[in-house]
Amino acid sequence: MAYRQVVILFSILVASFLMYSFYLYNNLPFKPSVVNKESLNGKDIWQEKNCNACHQIYGLGGFLGPDLTNVYSLKSPEYIKAFIISGTDAMPKFNLTNIEINSLLAYLKSVDASGNADPKKITLNINGTISN
Amino acid sequence: MELSQTNNKSLSTNFFALAITMLILGISFGLLGALQYAIPGFLKEVFSFEKVRPLHVSSVVFWIILAAIGSVIVYLQEFGQIKIYSNKLLRIQFYLFVVSIILIIISYVLGRFGGKEYWEFPPIISIFILLAWILFLINFLITIKRLKNMPVFVWMWLTGVIFFLFTFLESYLWLLPYFKTNIVNDMTIQWKANGSMVGSWNMLIYGSSIYLMDKISGDQKYSHSKIAYALFFLGLINLLFNWGHHIYTLPTHDYIKHISYVVSMTEFIILGKIIYQWKASLSVAKKHFHLLSYKFLAAADVWLFLNLFLAILMSIPVLNVFTHGTHITVAHVMGTTIGINTFLLLAFCFDIFKDKFTLSNKWESIVNTSFWITNISFLFFWCTLILIGILKAKWQMNHTIVSFSSFMIQLQPLFYVFFFSGFCLSIGIIVITIPLVKAFKSKKVISHDFSN
Repeated sequence: MAYRQVVILFSILVASFLMYSFYLYNNLPFKPSVVNKESLNGKDIWQEKNCNACHQIYGLGGFLGPDLTNVYSLKSPEYIKAFIISGTDAMPKFNLTNIEINSLLAYLKSVDASGNADPKKITLNINGTISN
Repeated sequence: MELSQTNNKSLSTNFFALAITMLILGISFGLLGALQYAIPGFLKEVFSFEKVRPLHVSSVVFWIILAAIGSVIVYLQEFGQIKIYSNKLLRIQFYLFVVSIILIIISYVLGRFGGKEYWEFPPIISIFILLAWILFLINFLITIKRLKNMPVFVWMWLTGVIFFLFTFLESYLWLLPYFKTNIVNDMTIQWKANGSMVGSWNMLIYGSSIYLMDKISGDQKYSHSKIAYALFFLGLINLLFNWGHHIYTLPTHDYIKHISYVVSMTEFIILGKIIYQWKASLSVAKKHFHLLSYKFLAAADVWLFLNLFLAILMSIPVLNVFTHGTHITVAHVMGTTIGINTFLLLAFCFDIFKDKFTLSNKWESIVNTSFWITNISFLFFWCTLILIGILKAKWQMNHTIVSFSSFMIQLQPLFYVFFFSGFCLSIGIIVITIPLVKAFKSKKVISHDFSN
């Protein structure tokens, strides 16, 4: 294949990718809005304690623990709090303060409000696509 | 080609030595993690899974990156019969990686996180990796300017080097409030970056594998052929646009999912090519199978076929609903990381260091046996993960009936099989690396020692 043809094709693909990327950055799925500060602190704690190593959000993360996307509405804040405080057979106690636990709960509440991660509630379409 | 007579320790050897160290560390942490699945709570208080998993993942990522860089450095110089632009930059790059690895391991062991998958360490450490990669990019770009021609594998290396940098930077956009404040926005960009990043290091590795195939066959026709470029562009399109298959179930834009679905289906062409060339590949395999490097290339071919088939199925959204969030995804990740990337990288190591060791008959037989133990135990390992994934998919559809903890207890016998096959696999790989470790220590000067 001629060098010039390769350069042109490569440049077109790279340019398309950059346009796609920047279009996406400017048109995010949700408009960035003013968010509850407590929930943002909770997100930081989620990352600092590496909760994602065992738990998933929307099916992404580790598989030693359950998916927590909709745990806030499926269970209750008290139920989640009890697990965080006592730990489980596989999960250590993280000795979080009350403020940290409440922030984590606020974060899980905001994740729950963002959508559904239950595969049962996803509609399967004949063309192979899905709607949730 | 000018060889250094004064210092036998080439810089590329340092990259490979560090890479093999990370591989062995990654395997050890992986085994520990598998044991924590089989025995819930094992070492929970001192070394729990949230530490073990990132230690395993980061070690393996560094094995891949370092060995991929090492092979690009060696093969680029060997192909072009030129020296790399700057040994100084290469040396600084190497030590930046060393510093970042030490800091990352310390942060994980101390339980100091703050990042996101695959970079869970505190974001400040990423500066070392970023600087190291920028130096690699500079060195690579100036070196390839002196090449007389650009076969397909050089384009693949170029793609890998550029897009790793782009996606690495992109994977830190979450630090900006604009991206951080909404979980769906954040996850969309995170998996856009991660998906393409994997494609980037695959480009480095697959480029080197094409170079090695040319070298073994003694024919460079393929790397200049139209079919090679067509497959390269197909791979590039997938690297750029198919990342959406990671987030089909995320409530993000539909067009992201549709683009990804359509692009992912083009992988059928690659699958078709493998099936079409199967017979011809077999006769080539028979001819070269005595070479250690070729053995791993051939094994990677088989694993490529199996994992590509699995990947295509997982990229169909209606099937992805069932496989997503299950161990089928883990089987795919392990399948590609071990079966394709690790086997290809080992092939490069055995090719590059073949002049540094002579295997006695006894060792040849040990390495051959280990090769088969590795592949057979890996097949068990892979199938066990798929089986666990199928059971998890079934459970996900009835998760309100059986609790998660009860379900995990039901899976325990399978987790033991997972651990045991992982143990055999680890032993196999570690034994295979012994001749390489001896080669790194050897005083013998070899043809790629141009970087002193």
